[in-house]
Amino acid sequence: MSGVAQHADPMLRIRGLSKSYGHRQVLCEIDLDVPAGSVMCIIGPSGSGKSTLLSCINHLEPIDSGKLWVADELVGYREHKDKLYELPEREVARMRQNVGMVFQQFNLFPHMTALQNIIEAPIRVKRMPSAQARERAAALLDRVGLASKQARYPAQLSGGEQQRVAIARALAMDPKLMLFDEPTSALDPELVGEVLAVMQDLAKTGMTMVVVTHELGFAREVADQLTFMDGGRIVEQGDPRAVLAAPKEKRMQDFLSRVL
Amino acid sequence: MPRTADRASAQKIVPLRHPGTWVATFVVLLIVCLVAYSVATNPAFEWPVVAEYMLNAEVLTGLQRTLELTLAAMVMGLVLGTVLALFRLSNNRLLSTLSWAYIWFFRSVPVLVQLIFWYNFGALYSMISLHVPFGPTLFAVSTNTLITPLFAALAGLGLSQSAYTAEVIRAGVVSVPTGQTRAALALGMRRLMIYRRIILPQAMRVIIPPVGNEVISMVKNTSLVSVIALAELLYTTQLIYARTYQTIPLLIVASLWYLIIVSVLSVGQYFLERKFRHR
Repeated sequence: MSGVAQHADPMLRIRGLSKSYGHRQVLCEIDLDVPAGSVMCIIGPSGSGKSTLLSCINHLEPIDSGKLWVADELVGYREHKDKLYELPEREVARMRQNVGMVFQQFNLFPHMTALQNIIEAPIRVKRMPSAQARERAAALLDRVGLASKQARYPAQLSGGEQQRVAIARALAMDPKLMLFDEPTSALDPELVGEVLAVMQDLAKTGMTMVVVTHELGFAREVADQLTFMDGGRIVEQGDPRAVLAAPKEKRMQDFLSRVL
Repeated sequence: MPRTADRASAQKIVPLRHPGTWVATFVVLLIVCLVAYSVATNPAFEWPVVAEYMLNAEVLTGLQRTLELTLAAMVMGLVLGTVLALFRLSNNRLLSTLSWAYIWFFRSVPVLVQLIFWYNFGALYSMISLHVPFGPTLFAVSTNTLITPLFAALAGLGLSQSAYTAEVIRAGVVSVPTGQTRAALALGMRRLMIYRRIILPQAMRVIIPPVGNEVISMVKNTSLVSVIALAELLYTTQLIYARTYQTIPLLIVASLWYLIIVSVLSVGQYFLERKFRHR
């Protein structure tokens, strides 16, 4: 896949991004580029700021300083004469349609069936005709291997199945970039594989993906780049095989010796 | 299967007996029978009068008025209460403060006082008019023609109900995990749509049982409007016994009707709760 990742303009570009909660700085001067069509895996100890970084990318969390662009569009703000003006809700919502997000806790809508979960946003947000949305949702469910479970409610699905529906739900908005926030961390071990397989297939189709994960095997096999974060900073970055085989930084060596 | 002591799986298990429960049940049944016999045979209850007035046209009109008031006040309470709850939860300080103040005021002042207050609103402002500042008057109307007893009843019952309902709805909204909002925001949905499509349907599970209680309270609270001479169920029976002096049987008539309404509503509540239970 590293062959795909040769575009000049990155799909995601982050420059000098910082964020604090009160006095605690959770992200410190982050610079990150994710080329279109490539997969970036972010690893690191809990509390290192990985999940917050993802939330900043689609402006679920406001940032304190820095800038980030998705598909060359500045996220969350309008730049005018050296100042950044926060965008109104309507603009932020429109921008978020470009960015799909998959959560650790799936966050499916429990009062809707698998199919209804998927068609909700295309119909309500994109004003897609119902028949078309259903057809696409059925195709997406087929793609994640759940064609027979359209009418099931989330509570009637296993964790792995719920997460696959959640991936289909995000894909239904035709995002340019997909964010995965520890997508397999809440799953029973035997269900992790089915979700990773769907993600691997997605990567093969050329989707740009940012994946926060603890699955080092997945990172090694699928990612084009690996980023190691600690204490709100990017500590080490590079080709996943090289970085995982021979980490340069002491902090990453310690982290790997603990998780492996 | 042969019942032999050497096969442990075949041995019968005898549940713990509760002889005390049986004795207590018998005693309670006995007391219920005694009370029922006394109520049925005491001539002072005047059961024939109760039977005569149960389906009396005046009583039925009063009953209808009680049901209409309950429905109107609850609809008002729910609609206004939903708006107030969303204001209260809003990030906008002005809206949340306004909502807080409204809830504080209308929960603090007794409904009875509010009813009398609205009924006498004309004493404060004899005319209600709308006019352009320093310009012509667009319309003017005497307060007493605008604020009828019905208007005063709806204002008193509905406004205070909305303050209570707002708190119930707020609790329901808060009970929905924040992940739901995050997921909906990530899909490009906007706040109002998220409330309507994602949050409120899930909050219903928490909202319905207390709102069911509030409806039941409202059925009986409507009897408060008898103080402003609005002929609902209680006031109707009062009007009748003022003529006939059959106070007790007519109060029984009213009580029986309240019992019937509340029983029907409880059944409705059961089915609503079942509908919104998560699958």
